[in-house]
Amino acid sequence: MQPILSLQDISYAYHNLKGETPALSDISFDVSQGEFLAIVGPSGCGKSTLLSIIAGLLSPEEGTVYYRGKCVADCGLNDTVKIGYMLQRDHLFEWRTIYQNVILGLELNHTLTPENRDYVLKLLRDYDLYAFKDKKPSELSGGMRQRAALIRTMAIHPDLLLLDEPFSALDSQTRLNVSADIAQIIRQTNKTAILITHDLSEAVTLADRVLVLSRRPACIKCEMPICFDIDRHDPMAIRNTAEYQLYFNHLWEVLTNEQSSLRST
Amino acid sequence: MNSLLSGQPDSISANQYLFLRAHRRHHHQVGFARFLLIVAFLSLWELAASRQWIDVFFFSSPSGIVTYLYQMLLDHSFFTHTGITLLETIASFLLVTLISLLTATLLWYVNSLAEVLEPYLVILNSLPKSALAPLLIVWLGTGTNTIIVAGISVAVFGSVINLYTGFGQADPEMLKLIYTLGGTRRDALFKVILPSSIPLILSNMKVNIGLSLVGVIIGEFLAARRGLGYLIIYGSQVFQLNMVITSIIILCAIAMAFYKLIQSLEHHYRKKN
Repeated sequence: MQPILSLQDISYAYHNLKGETPALSDISFDVSQGEFLAIVGPSGCGKSTLLSIIAGLLSPEEGTVYYRGKCVADCGLNDTVKIGYMLQRDHLFEWRTIYQNVILGLELNHTLTPENRDYVLKLLRDYDLYAFKDKKPSELSGGMRQRAALIRTMAIHPDLLLLDEPFSALDSQTRLNVSADIAQIIRQTNKTAILITHDLSEAVTLADRVLVLSRRPACIKCEMPICFDIDRHDPMAIRNTAEYQLYFNHLWEVLTNEQSSLRST
Repeated sequence: MNSLLSGQPDSISANQYLFLRAHRRHHHQVGFARFLLIVAFLSLWELAASRQWIDVFFFSSPSGIVTYLYQMLLDHSFFTHTGITLLETIASFLLVTLISLLTATLLWYVNSLAEVLEPYLVILNSLPKSALAPLLIVWLGTGTNTIIVAGISVAVFGSVINLYTGFGQADPEMLKLIYTLGGTRRDALFKVILPSSIPLILSNMKVNIGLSLVGVIIGEFLAARRGLGYLIIYGSQVFQLNMVITSIIILCAIAMAFYKLIQSLEHHYRKKN
């Protein structure tokens, strides 16, 4: 089956007057329809840069991004694929109500049709936020705000979800619950997702496959498919399995080696 | 503390009631101290004038000011001079607000234009605006237009710099969100920059109203035959200190009224959000 997303030999460097900082080097991978891919790597290795390139916010210096086999550079991102991007913080606008926040993407895409309004209301009901639709973001808890941010992302019917450490601002208990909820929603709707995270547990618990990036300039250090026999919705049950320990230990080893080589240089 | 204190409503605890009572008492004490200070100052001034400790020709007196104000009301000169200063200040203020908002928006929208214009804006803002007033008289003549332009010149450059700097400090992640949702730079302006800058715009308006008044008075000093600035300069030339001080007091009242107006707008905005 043709992958929904394909990156081929992507390289990128940041430039300023002091010189050049290579961020990514020859990164290639495919993502299939409905797959949940997690990307982990040392701090500052270029994970968010990679996501920005996939989202079309940055153009790679070398290499090509293909969506459903079409080169983005040739036909434009918006004509090819709809991207849903979740950032580290929810960034709900305080001057808008929750409902006005979640329809932001529809407004920007000029697709605020009655059908889409109904869809947004359904999402609000499904994610237990309907009663809060006329509230301001500051009146909601951290977990509720992140769910509202997910609805804002889902409202535009994205083909591909890019999750840039979306749970990092939450406390650990909320993080565990919200990440499991959001992963469940993504699976139920058969969305394709790429998750950037520092948290190995999160990567192993949520993803179908984990890519480990090396230190900067990032290249793919290791690729590990993840498979569990039990239901993925219960994060604690997964954490108690033997497979989880194996996956986690392996990823830990790869990353520790990477950190050691960084220190020795 | 279980028993109800005298005057304590059932809905709040005794400690909350005591806190509120102490807060109210403090508030009243501050208000009373303010009132006492002005009464003491005016009484001392009046006493010094009546006992001839000070020369009323140079220092005037509260009773002289009240008499002069009464005369101004009777011959309608109060309305003429205050009205023209108010009109010029409001016109300057509205134009400053409009021009600075449009310019700051344009500078945010076109980065390279901001880079080119930034040093010029800084220099124009640093320039003492009273130095421009004689030039304005030569170019525009004497009259209301010159005074309005003088009012604008005092406030507009600082206002543009302030707004533009504020626009530039918008959270880049919020702008990124707009772009990831398929928005354009125009969307970023209307959905993020302007709505998130409303508190900044309001506080900028508070500064602008005061500066517009300063500019208008500078203009009236040099190029007017009406207005409070004209009265101040004319009164000082003919040693009518009652006229000068009465005009200054009216100016204080105008400045305070404008400030309170913008402050109430700000309160309204905060309450709404």
